[in-house]
Amino acid sequence: MIEARDISKAFDGRTVMNHVTATFEDGKTNLIIGKSGSGKTVLLKSLVGLYEADSGDILYDGRSVRQMGRKQRQGLRQEIGMIFQGSALFDSLTVEENVRFPLDMFSDLSLADRREKAKRCLRRVNLDNADSLYPAQISGGMQKRVAIARAIVQEPRYLFCDEPNSGLDPVTASVIDSLISEITHESGITTIINTHDMNSVFSIGEHIVFIEQGNKLWDGNQDNILQSDCPELNSFMASARRLMEIGK
Amino acid sequence: MMLIDTSLAEVGKYCRFMYQVISKPEKWSVFFRRTLDEVNKLGVDSLGIVTLISFFIGAVITIQVANNLDNPFIPKYTVAFAARETIVLEFSATIVCLILAGKVGSNISSEIGTMRITEQIDALDIMGINSAAYLAGPKIVAMIISVPVLVVYSIFIGIIGGVIAGSMTGLVPLDDFIVGLHFTFKPYYIAYSLFKSTLFAFIISSCSSYYGYNIRGGALEVGKASTQSVVISCVLILMVNLMVTQFLLS
Repeated sequence: MIEARDISKAFDGRTVMNHVTATFEDGKTNLIIGKSGSGKTVLLKSLVGLYEADSGDILYDGRSVRQMGRKQRQGLRQEIGMIFQGSALFDSLTVEENVRFPLDMFSDLSLADRREKAKRCLRRVNLDNADSLYPAQISGGMQKRVAIARAIVQEPRYLFCDEPNSGLDPVTASVIDSLISEITHESGITTIINTHDMNSVFSIGEHIVFIEQGNKLWDGNQDNILQSDCPELNSFMASARRLMEIGK
Repeated sequence: MMLIDTSLAEVGKYCRFMYQVISKPEKWSVFFRRTLDEVNKLGVDSLGIVTLISFFIGAVITIQVANNLDNPFIPKYTVAFAARETIVLEFSATIVCLILAGKVGSNISSEIGTMRITEQIDALDIMGINSAAYLAGPKIVAMIISVPVLVVYSIFIGIIGGVIAGSMTGLVPLDDFIVGLHFTFKPYYIAYSLFKSTLFAFIISSCSSYYGYNIRGGALEVGKASTQSVVISCVLILMVNLMVTQFLLS
């Protein structure tokens, strides 16, 4: 379980996250939803330690990040997998090298074993026969799948996804959502996904946190999201529903 | 006052960055492999431009010196002596490094900067890798290895350029040129040249890495950081050149 306790963050005096407290449950796909600019990415990046929160604390299964030393934090990061909005694959490495990269850096396995493990992860994300291609040579959807394979190759306990289906067509977006959800349940990992895609909310959202202007205004699940008494969430949902109806 | 504050803050950030860079690599085998790749990319790939510039500047120096020393009481070999001193003391170390600051420096800062804006550096950090050391460390070591070699190579090519220009124009016959090359030769000058080129290599690689690593924003910032890294590297090279010359040759 991951807990954010009263965390705040400001950039150049402008508060972008204001005393946010939230809990993200084990073995579930936890979603952080909100409008663009609401502070979702800042919250996610604060949780993984890319941003240092100005105040508050983050606990990974009861382990306080604030009380961790540099080595402990580095150890914690090896328990984390992350999928970035733009995939963040290394341009100079092939697909297989990208997936193998964390193993090359930290594992004592032989090259043959590392390659086998990378190939297994690529097969898991249904990406065969792309091993020797470079990121620039594959589509956006394939890049996302490579990013997922790289994120899970070290068998993380926590998986973070920053808008994993942004920029993808609805079919591919749904495939990526399903893949993340399946991996979460297979491995019992704690997954946190940043999104403003309502399809993701209704298809894979097991625990949902709603953020607006840096404040956490609501949390619950997909069963009670439509009955919420939070006006900001209802307004967000109404806009999203209108868009979905236009889409239909 | 504001400028001093900003400059001091920048120096502080640079020192913190270098502190991160000099820490122990996660895996030595990866570090060595990356360093060899960088030697190839930053050093070997610069051979072409160094050859071209050194050859022509060596030739031009020889012709200019010869045309300015047309006194019959000054022996011809003085031209080769003057060309050698110019090439060894200043051209091959300083001018070649200024050119490398443009070619290699902008390459380093734009490569690392692009990795920053496409979140590749964040991906390294998330994996628990010291991204500054992983990216900048091999580049700095590769430059420190490559640049002195390039400087020796540049001296050699520059002198070849001088020999060919002197012989072809008839201004300095080959025998006189060879005598001039040996005349009061001080190996210390080569050591001085290599020492300062090593400092310049460190300045180019560390400044460019620093500017690339600290980019915030988008593609526009990559271009700005690249230009800034070249300008700052050149200014530092000129200042350090002055200080090193004062300390080592005075």
